[in-house]
Amino acid sequence: MSDPASDFALGSLLLALLGGAMRVSTPFLFVSLGECITETAGRINLGLEGILVFGAMSGYGVSYLTGSPWLGILAAGCCGTLFGLLHGVLCSLPKVNDIAVGIALMLFGTGLAFFLGKPLIQPQAPMLPPLNLGGWSDDPQVRSALRINVLLPIGLVLAFVLQWALVSTRAGLVLRLVGDNAAAARALGYPVVPIRIAATAAGGFLAGVGGAFLSLYYPGSWNEGLSSGQGLMAVALVIFARWNPVRCALAALLFGAAGALGPALQSQGITSGYYLFNAAPYVLTLALMAASCTPGRILAGAPGELSLGNR
Amino acid sequence: MKSAWQLAAPFAPVSAAIVAAALLFALFLLVQGAAPLQALELVIQGAFGSAFAWQNTLSRAAPIMLTALCVALPARAGLVIIGGEGALALGALAAAMVPVVGAGWPAYPVLALMALAGFAAGGAWMALVAWLRHARGMNETISSLLLAYIGIALFNFLVEGALRDPASLNKPSTPPIGELYAIGPMPGFDVHWGLAWGLVVCALAWLVMRHTVFGFSVGVAGGNPRAAQMAGLPVGMLLIASCFLGGGCAGLAGMLEVAAVHGSANASLLAGYGYAGILVSFASRHHPLGIIAGAILVGGIGASGSLLQRRLDLPDAATLVLQGTLFLALLAFETLNRKGLRRV
Repeated sequence: MSDPASDFALGSLLLALLGGAMRVSTPFLFVSLGECITETAGRINLGLEGILVFGAMSGYGVSYLTGSPWLGILAAGCCGTLFGLLHGVLCSLPKVNDIAVGIALMLFGTGLAFFLGKPLIQPQAPMLPPLNLGGWSDDPQVRSALRINVLLPIGLVLAFVLQWALVSTRAGLVLRLVGDNAAAARALGYPVVPIRIAATAAGGFLAGVGGAFLSLYYPGSWNEGLSSGQGLMAVALVIFARWNPVRCALAALLFGAAGALGPALQSQGITSGYYLFNAAPYVLTLALMAASCTPGRILAGAPGELSLGNR
Repeated sequence: MKSAWQLAAPFAPVSAAIVAAALLFALFLLVQGAAPLQALELVIQGAFGSAFAWQNTLSRAAPIMLTALCVALPARAGLVIIGGEGALALGALAAAMVPVVGAGWPAYPVLALMALAGFAAGGAWMALVAWLRHARGMNETISSLLLAYIGIALFNFLVEGALRDPASLNKPSTPPIGELYAIGPMPGFDVHWGLAWGLVVCALAWLVMRHTVFGFSVGVAGGNPRAAQMAGLPVGMLLIASCFLGGGCAGLAGMLEVAAVHGSANASLLAGYGYAGILVSFASRHHPLGIIAGAILVGGIGASGSLLQRRLDLPDAATLVLQGTLFLALLAFETLNRKGLRRV
């Protein structure tokens, strides 16, 4: 028999980790699904980080002004769509590099969000209501761990729907064709550039929704330090998930757990090394990517037109 | 000889982009209800309008020149590196440790060691990116950014933990480097010597990358890795070397910020110079001499922020919006250029 006190601490640590993973992973989930759509069409949008921050700001602002967090989510998605359109159109100009435009968009979206969001730092906007799945339990820790947001199940369902759509629908096949071989798509009469712009816009919508989750549920306020690179990590996550939406969802949960490690340990009274534990998701991404990449070979499942592959 | 038009042609899209960005920024301010013309005037005044403004601009431009090289040198090898902020942080930390170890040594050797330590730390961090690219086939843009976050976390962890000066109560810092080892202003000009370092390093980078066999080999490895391999060039080593040099420059920027501005390594070092460097390098098409002009422009925009804040009551993020607009416009107008962005 082991010491019951340490058992209890480990149990509550795992519970905190589980609850944290479900909270932290939702923005990863939405941004990575969005990036998955964009990259399947053959473009990379590194600007999702900027869209995420702008989505957080606009979602919070609209929720504050209208009193409805759902309208906030919608507004964030629409702003994200506009940014996605901007990226898509700019990258359609000849000789414009999509990675560079992404970095510019990151700067632009973040700057714009900070500028317009100045008056939103003080007021409290209505939050998204939680979904209590832990009502059956008397343990307050279990209840708090299982108090999730409705966006999480929506995102998980979306991942399966996307997976099905990419494999079994006409639209999904066209999207993959455009991303794999633009010349073949053009020969079959599909408009490559408009499809890519639409895919980037759709990716922007999901990234905006992911950002609104940050400001409207967890951490649940608007400030300039809200995002810690979730938008960029989502890009790495999509590569790690090999452009497969369901694997994106699993990877998002894994990243969420890694991101929840720092706060979960802190709730257990372990505060030393706080910064190192916060870096856990980055280290995890790096390690997983290094382990899953193979030198000298195109990544399995990578869209052929993507400028991210190997040489 | 090139004709005047040929010489001027590369600058036409840049000028057009600057004008377009200014117009868009003015339009944005108009929608916001601020005075657009006055704001543009204040940007110019705050950046280049007085001796004080020039000093502020150039002090900001110095580190940006070096962090831009962290993008430009690997770009020559065909790599898109965006993690200069991490190399800057670790370079600053390594440099700040030298006076702690070598307290009491004469000033010049210590400064040289500080520069060396900063360069080596930043360079090693970025060389890791190139190694991951070469040995594991990992995308360098993503890995450099992840390593930047890890580097910054490491920096915060050490500055608030093992390397913290117990006397720094409110603001965790490493022990102060002391007056003796601080880099002072240049004579007759209230800008620290870091500006001269930045200019010299940019010129050196230009010489090495454009006029040596090494620079040429890096360009070949970046332009056509297969051809480079066929010609017997050590492609992997060239990638790693270009990243080491680039990361070293960013580390040097961190060392300068410690020695000339902050006097110790602390969180206020991380003011976004690494990210500004990405903008500058892309805007100047990764040309080491163009970077000087770009860094002065971006440094100027940053320097005008406080004036905009004071006179027009605009949020400090106004300069970020202007930078972002400028960056987007520069890239969009790249389409008018006869050469593509990647071919340096």
